[in-house]
Order: sequence, then structure tokens, then C-alpha cells
Amino acid sequence: MEWETVIGLEIHAQLATRSKIFSSSATAYGAAPNTQANLVDLGYPGVLPVLNAEAVRMAVRFGLAIGARIARHSVFARKNYFYPDLPKGYQISQYELPIVAEGALEIVLDDGTRKRVGITRAHLEEDAGKSLHEGLPGVSGIDLNRAGTPLIEIVSEPDLRSAKEAVAYMKKVHTLVRYLEICDGNMQEGSFRCDANVSVRPKGQEKFGTRAEIKNLNSFRFVEKAINYEIERQIELIESGGKVVQETRLYDPDKGETRSMRSKEEANDYRYFPDPDLLPVELDESFIDVVRAALPELPDEKAARFVREYQLPEYDAGVLTASRELGAFYEEVVRRVGSEPKLCANWVMGDLAAFLNKDNLEIGNSKVDAAGLALLVARIVDQTISGKIAKDVFEAMWESGESADAIIERKGLRQITDTSAIERAIEEVMSKNPGQLADYRSGKDKLFGFFVGQVMKATGGKANPAQLNELLKQKLAG
Amino acid sequence: MTAPALPATTVAGLARGLAAGRWSSVELTQAYLARVTASQSELNAFVTVTAEAALAAAAAADAARAAGKASALTGVPIAHKDIFCTRDVLTTCGSKMLANFVSPYDATVVAKLAAAGTVNLGKLNMDEFAMGSSNETSFFGPVRNPWDIKRVPGGSSGGSAAAVAARIAPAATATDTGGSIRQPAALCGVTGIKPTYGRVSRYGMIAFASSLDQAGLITVSAEDAAMLLGAMSGFDPRDSTSVDREVPDYVAALDAPLAGLKIGLVREFFEKGLDAQCEQRIREAIAVYEKLGASVREVSCPNLPLSVPTYYVVAPAECSSNLARFDGVRFGHRCESPRNLNDLYSRSRGEGFGAEVKRRIMTGTYVLSAGYYDAYYIKAQRVRQLISADFARAFESVDLLLGPTSPTTAFEIGAKVDDPITMYLNDIYTIGANLAGLPGMSIPVGFADGLPVGLQLVGPHFSEARMLNAAHRYQLETDWHLRVPAAYA
Repeated sequence: MEWETVIGLEIHAQLATRSKIFSSSATAYGAAPNTQANLVDLGYPGVLPVLNAEAVRMAVRFGLAIGARIARHSVFARKNYFYPDLPKGYQISQYELPIVAEGALEIVLDDGTRKRVGITRAHLEEDAGKSLHEGLPGVSGIDLNRAGTPLIEIVSEPDLRSAKEAVAYMKKVHTLVRYLEICDGNMQEGSFRCDANVSVRPKGQEKFGTRAEIKNLNSFRFVEKAINYEIERQIELIESGGKVVQETRLYDPDKGETRSMRSKEEANDYRYFPDPDLLPVELDESFIDVVRAALPELPDEKAARFVREYQLPEYDAGVLTASRELGAFYEEVVRRVGSEPKLCANWVMGDLAAFLNKDNLEIGNSKVDAAGLALLVARIVDQTISGKIAKDVFEAMWESGESADAIIERKGLRQITDTSAIERAIEEVMSKNPGQLADYRSGKDKLFGFFVGQVMKATGGKANPAQLNELLKQKLAG
Repeated sequence: MTAPALPATTVAGLARGLAAGRWSSVELTQAYLARVTASQSELNAFVTVTAEAALAAAAAADAARAAGKASALTGVPIAHKDIFCTRDVLTTCGSKMLANFVSPYDATVVAKLAAAGTVNLGKLNMDEFAMGSSNETSFFGPVRNPWDIKRVPGGSSGGSAAAVAARIAPAATATDTGGSIRQPAALCGVTGIKPTYGRVSRYGMIAFASSLDQAGLITVSAEDAAMLLGAMSGFDPRDSTSVDREVPDYVAALDAPLAGLKIGLVREFFEKGLDAQCEQRIREAIAVYEKLGASVREVSCPNLPLSVPTYYVVAPAECSSNLARFDGVRFGHRCESPRNLNDLYSRSRGEGFGAEVKRRIMTGTYVLSAGYYDAYYIKAQRVRQLISADFARAFESVDLLLGPTSPTTAFEIGAKVDDPITMYLNDIYTIGANLAGLPGMSIPVGFADGLPVGLQLVGPHFSEARMLNAAHRYQLETDWHLRVPAAYA
């Protein structure tokens, strides 16, 4: 039987506010345990939550960026359950009336077609603390630094049909939240993570199959692997006569498998009800207008503009707009060079990206800045050096921090464009290789490359390639 | 009780004497502390007496006065219901669960009253987590009514009411979720005010039912209440439900004449269950108001009889969630040698909470459960809106509502403990104001068989000034509020 997969993602993005969603504690990552938890975060008797307006602004920013409906009236609710990392015995979240509803994003599939992924809702909530087990034999530690950190939970429609689509969608959201500067996107630190709801159904069937929810996936690779494992598991189970049960599962990255955490029957009854300590969030048009006016150019808009303005292929535009910083870097290079946007794109996506990758650096920490790269590209454009020599110059720039011009001068890499100098080099090579010359002239065209190489060698690679080609053809022809 | 008599017993009188230099705050504080000590075995009104800190604060108040930096309340002793967090002082909420809890911070109410110069004598006994109408659910034992120590003082602010009635504290903070200020004030013959929901910060007040809880006062007189209420009211950025609205000068408004005041008698309050002698006292008080120039007419709040069942869905629902934080992990009672996490939770909570608290947590958990939420919680919220609408309609034609505070006078300790429904019906007249967030007061209007009877006033939102004015004018005509139980005179 042919099977179809149905996937919906619940993405948790930590909002980049300085203080927590309901208290004044700092949200910085990595502090010593329980040093960023005040009485409100600890759920002390008598304390009360006060909503952080910045978290609301960020949620609205996200909602506007996905073309969603921004609720003029939204309500915080309590989700009640007992757990040691949940000090109040309830999590403050939004339930019936979330702040953002009915948005969408577009992803690009492998075959280049675009697909719309619906976003059911996005709501504000507080994060829980963390249980610590390492280095604490026989006991569990609790770190409440993360308790009360603002999250936006972004719930997709069950529109995704493969692990690849799920990853493409998650990456799209990841790019977007960083563009909007509402989340640092750091997945190792847990700032961006997701739960995946996965089910399968016979192709053509309308009704959804029973789903399993895979919790807490914190890398794109795990999302893909966990979903693919889960699809296989469910299909095998059904084909061997079994039934998928609705349950929560955990992905074990070491074993590469998902395993059951709790079934629907064991699930908590969260007893949601409106939090009486917090007033409903009432937003007026002027607030939303101010947030809208402050939105940056969004990734899709920017990519479309790059295609239009710089005549870049869609692929290049997509790569260069993957982050706001990369897009800005590229545009700065183009602005400084003043021409050849495609050449600039090649350099940013090619050598620069490779060196960043090699040293595991982000664009913001690049050892060659936009001005430095622009100067190098300009030297190709003005024919001071060839593209090939430029690669060596770039490497030297990366290692030494010197400018392209300094390296070109110091190493004497200036391209030879003087026709007579190139001709002298050609004549010398021809006289040193009479056998090859004879063979070439008797029809062995392939030897042309040999002569190019020899002349380049003789000129230290500095001969202008186009001129060399031209002159060499003439001379060899005799 | 054998203890020194007092030079004056109202906040206003004590403040005047302090201002005139007739006595010092240290002298007053010593006198009240002596009365606290002498009464404790009989009344059990205090859980904690902070004598040393009180004397230090009194000395500081006297020094401030000597330096010319005194305000009206500087040096006046008061006491706090043990539901308010007090820094470095035991804050038990009347529960074994918090019998070891020393708060690391002050409630806003506590901080504001301290900033106004008052001296805190200690922490007052109460029903456990403010759940009760008789002060019998306290882990620290029942408080006794100074008018008859076989009887309850009412609850949950039983310690506050008994302390003021016995003049062992000039005034006390209290809280009211369904009548917990007004009912004990009535049963102890003192003045109680529950302000509008949002008038006084709830920060640092241990939550029972967040949408109903409101801090207020129990005092000898309406004038005293006006003096203290101004100091404790106002917007608090730490409580989102506190209202950002100017606090009027309650004292300045006290003397306004009542001519033209329109008083509504809520028909439903007089229909059944009201003790005949209590009703008689209320009718006599109405006559006083008429003499003062008020007009009285009957109004109807047809949904008000639904307030008790509505309350007993909403309040337990909120309490079941509010009390989840008492899990034995970070503070409060923790069971011995828990075997695992569930054992830690269930035994700590099982041991730490008393029967009434457990009953309400279970009720609340039930009404919020999947499949019951709509039938109970949502329906109760709808009825709550109907009750609010009834009040709003009544206030279109009258300025204040008037009626009894409690259906009977103080009952005997133990008489209703085994019958929660009968106990819950004690609050039948008071709960409506909480459901609608309205301010309410109880003032003493005489006695039935030697026990005090209270009259309730309920006003529109933020009408405290008018309500205090009406209570004060009545108290200028009568002296019921100045009567003291013989043993404590």
C-alpha cells in the first residue's frame, strides 16, 4: 500500500526579551543555577505575575510577519500540572484566545515549487525550569533560571507531508524569528525547539491517522531523523496488523529511535482556566500600526528584491537572504564594488562561506569584512588580478587580515596585461617546447591547454587569462 | 483578662494623643502588647507576636515625631492578618503547610502601612488559607469571640475581628473573599470594610481565590477605617489587577451630610433565614438613616440567591490552582523521607492541609476537569455576570445597598463544623459583593441576646468614600461601635 505522511509542528521559540515574561529576572543563558530566579519565578506565596510588554510586542511582530490575525483581545490561562521544575504548579499560557491566529509561511520544495504551510496559532507562554541530573548522584537538582522565560509557541496546520518539508518549514520559521530579532535561534541552548505530530494514512484517504507527538526536538537533523523513524515505525506497525496509539514519544538521538513516554490515558488533564491574576491583553490599532511600521524587510521580500534588483538566480537570492546579516553583508559588497552583483554573490556564497564554515564562524564574525571583500572583487573587475589569483589573495586576507591591495603588492600578483610581455612569455615557451609545438600544429588541439599552463607558470599565474588565450591562439597558429 | 486599661481605643483617638504628646508610641505599644499577652490564652487571636520589632518600630516612630517627621498614623499600633507576607516574620496563613514559613518579603499592604508609620504588633489568627466562616479551620486552634468565648468570632478574619473587639489591637488588616472581613466584624461587633476589587494591592497577600480576594480592614470605627484605608490603597505595579485610580481623601469625606442619600434594601436579603432579632436591629438602623435624611426603598437582585453555589464553584476552582505551589519542594511543610516525587507531593500536601482546604481543592479540581468545566466553571461565570448586572441595575436607582451582614449572631464553637453547607450559608449576604467586585462594609448596630449584630452596606465600584461617610454618620448617632465586652473593658 502507498502511504501518506501528515505532520504538524509546534515550534517553541524563546523570545529575546531582557527580562522574563512575568517577572523582572534576567533571561541571560548560562548563569549559575537558580541565580536568575526571583520570588515570582520561584512561585512564593503571595507573589503575582506582571506581563512583560516587550514579549507582547514581539509576538505581534511575529504575527504580522506571517500575515496572521492579531487578536485585539487575548487571554492568559493556567495549565495545571505538578512537576518539580514548575514552581507554581501551573504554567501560564494562552489557550482559548491566543494573541496570533491564522497565519501562513511559504516553503520551497526540492523540485523548486512553493508550498503554503498554514499556521493555526501562535501564543505566548512561560517556559518551565530544568531538572538537573549530571553530577548529582541519587538526587535530582532543579534550576529555575529558565522558569518564566517568555516563549512563543507556533502551531502549524497538519500541512507537512514529509520530514524534509517539516525541516524546510522549521528552517523558514527559524530564519524569520531571527530576522524579526525576536529570538536568537540558538538550538543548542534550547532557544528554538519543536514537537512534531506525526501520523500516516493510506494515500487518497481523507481522514487523518492516529498521531504520535515527538517531544523536544532541538536540531534540524533530529527533526528529520525522528520523523523518518516515526513514519517507518507507524507504517510497519500498521502493515503488520497493529494500531498506532495516540501517545507522546521521545527521540533518542544516540539510538536514532523514538520511544513511548506516556499514552493518552496517562496524559494530564490540564484543567485550563483563565488566569485571574492577569488582565486580558487588549491591543489597539495604533499599537499594532507602530509594530507594523517597525517591521524589517522580511526574507521572502528581500529574496524577491535581490532577484529583481541584482538579477540573481532565485537559488542565490534564497541563500543570501537566509539571515539578515548575510543579506546586509552581500548588499554592502555590491554597493562598494558598484557592479557585477552576480560575481559578488559568487564570492559571498563561495569562498567566503567556505572559510566561515571551515572556522565555524557566523557572518558577523567574519575575518574578512564586506569592505575587504569588496576591494578584492573590485580588483578582479578592474583586471588587476584574475579570479584565480583572487582566490589565493582571499586566503591570504583571511589568514593575515591584510587588505587585498597590500597582498597583491607584497606578493607582486598584479596581473600582466601588457601584450608584449605576454607575447615574450609565449615565444619563450614555444621555443622551449618544439616537440609539443609541432604536435599542436599537426592537429593535436588538446595541447592548447598545455601551452596555457606553461605560460601561466612562466608568468607566475599573472597573465591576463583572456589576453593570453587570444595571443596564444595567434602565435601557435604561426 | 487583667491588663492595663487604655487611654483611648480608636485609631483617631490614639493618633490625636500621639500628636498632642499625651503618650508615646512606645507607651501605647507596651500597653497593647500587655493586653495581647493577657488575652492570648483566652482568645487565641494572635499566631505570632512581634514584640521586639514592634517596640523598635515604636521607638523609631517616636524619634520621627520628635524630629517633626510624623504623619497622622505615625506610631499607631496595628496588627496584620497572618495571610499578609511580613519580611523575616512567620507567615502561616493559619496552616500547618506554612507553619515554618518565614517570608523573605513584605506584602504591599504591610509595606504601605509601615511607610505610613504604623507599628505592627504581630500576626493574627485566621481560618486556614482564609477558608472558613468561624476561624475553626486554623491549624493554630480556633479564635474565641470576646463577647462570649464559647462562640466563634466568625471567619476567616476571626483573629482580626476578635483582636479589635477586645481592644488588644486598635485596628487590623484583614481579607475578604466571600465575607471574611464583614462576617467576623458583624459577629464581633466591630467595623469592617472590604474595598472594591483592585483598590488595594494583592501583592504579598497569600492567594485563596484571586478574582475575589481583597484586602481591607477591621477597626473600631468608620473614621479609623478611613484613616487606614487611604494609607493602604492605590495602584501597585506588582499587581496587574490593582486599579490605577486616584485614592480619594476618605477622612475628608466622612462628615458629609446624608440628606438625599438613596438607600436600597435588597429584598432577597430579608426573605428567609434571617434571624428575627437581627432583622429588628437592622430595621432600627434603617430608621436612624431615615432620620439622617436618607431615603430608603426596596430593590431586587433576583440572581443574588445563586451567589453561594456560584461562589463555591469559582472560589474552589481558583484555590485548587493557587494552592498547587505548596508542594513541599521550595518552602513550607515537607513530609519525612519521601520515597519518590509523588510520595513527596501527596504526603506533604496530605499532611500540610486541613480538611476544609482539601475539600475545596478537590471541589475546584473537579469543576475544572475535562468534561465538567463548561457545566460548572463556565456556567458559574455566567451567573456571576448576572449577579453583577443585578447590582449594576440596583445602583441605577440607589447610592448604597443596605441589609444584614450575617443571618445570625455568633454561633457556638463546634456547632457547624461537621456541616459544611450550613457553614457556607453564613456568607449568603456577603458573597454577592465579592462576585461583583463591589465594596462592602459591616458596622455594629446593636445586640441580640447579648451578641453583636452587624449591618452591611454595599456600594458601587470605588464608592468607599460614600460608604465610609454613611457608616461614620451612623456612628456619630449611635455608640454600638464603642461597646467593649466587659472582660476587655
